[in-house]
Amino acid sequence: MSLSSLVVPLLLALVASYGLGRRVDVYAALTRGAAEGLTVLLRIVPALVGLLTAVSMLRASGAMECLSALWAPVLDLLGIPPETAPLMLVRPVSGSGALAVGSELMAAHGPDSYVGRVAAVMLGSTETTFYTIAVYFGAAGIHKTRYTIPAALTADLTGFIASALAVRLFFGT
Amino acid sequence: MAMAWVWSGMVIVSLVFGLITGNLDAVSAAALEGAGSAVELGLSMAGVLCLWSGVMEVMNTSGLSAGLARAFRPLLRRLLPDASRDEETLAAVSANVSANLLGLGNAATPLGIQAARRMARGCGGAASGELCTLVVLNTASIQLIPATVGSLRSAMGSAAPFDILPAVWLSSVLSVTAGLAAVKLFSLAERRRP
Repeated sequence: MSLSSLVVPLLLALVASYGLGRRVDVYAALTRGAAEGLTVLLRIVPALVGLLTAVSMLRASGAMECLSALWAPVLDLLGIPPETAPLMLVRPVSGSGALAVGSELMAAHGPDSYVGRVAAVMLGSTETTFYTIAVYFGAAGIHKTRYTIPAALTADLTGFIASALAVRLFFGT
Repeated sequence: MAMAWVWSGMVIVSLVFGLITGNLDAVSAAALEGAGSAVELGLSMAGVLCLWSGVMEVMNTSGLSAGLARAFRPLLRRLLPDASRDEETLAAVSANVSANLLGLGNAATPLGIQAARRMARGCGGAASGELCTLVVLNTASIQLIPATVGSLRSAMGSAAPFDILPAVWLSSVLSVTAGLAAVKLFSLAERRRP
């Protein structure tokens, strides 16, 4: 038994006892949240159909490898595995697109491989930057975004470099 | 419309590349397989995604997000001193940050927009420095449990789907810090310009 096997059951037990302690109907909340999860899924799947089709086509045509090879010199310098180049290009634009590219990378390299883990950490530690900026400034009626986009992209790039770094740190290559 | 161009571009590039490299048979097969695997992936992610959405909801109703929001107030007061003078804006921003931390995207966005609207008052369509900070806080993901990625890894057959958590936290902290530092630097550079 490893320590990490403890995390999931322990977290579930802690959350349940904390909720019970606060007199919350934890089971009703759990199922309510699970239903919410289904609506999220219902939104993701149609987008995945479109995007996994396109991403699989890109991979099979050889364009994906070409793209990775093109970026390889820069990415090697930053310590990022070049296979993740398509993921980094899609990530700021489309969340479902990034999920599609990420799943494709995990299928090609394995979810527990170096590339698969870096892809997962990139997905988990960055956001759909341009979409978020559009939603916030659109709702607030802002036309001049000033330095928001360069600052947000700085955060994304740092997140990508840090993802590769963190995976090397915790798991090795 | 952006996605229309991205998607069409991907399909057209695949066709052209397939013609050049002679991989057209594979491209054609991949298109149909990709569509099928999208639905399979959705189904195999469903269980874990729903479970964690449920756990997040339990944390939310137990008052954990309210507690988190309280804990973030002092930090946000320093980060957004002007906006924090308005008590309602500060409440919306701290609720936005805590919902983001718990991965409750559907709850976080309306709260963040509410804060952004209040902060945009009277700046005539140009983002204030603090509004830029708020948006960068939201474009740099800060999540305690990235449920979608975890369920994707478990769907792909990972031995321990959530073993990436410490790596995700480290990377998130570095990326948010870099984003906030960039906002600070850009605003200083703008002020120096004549």
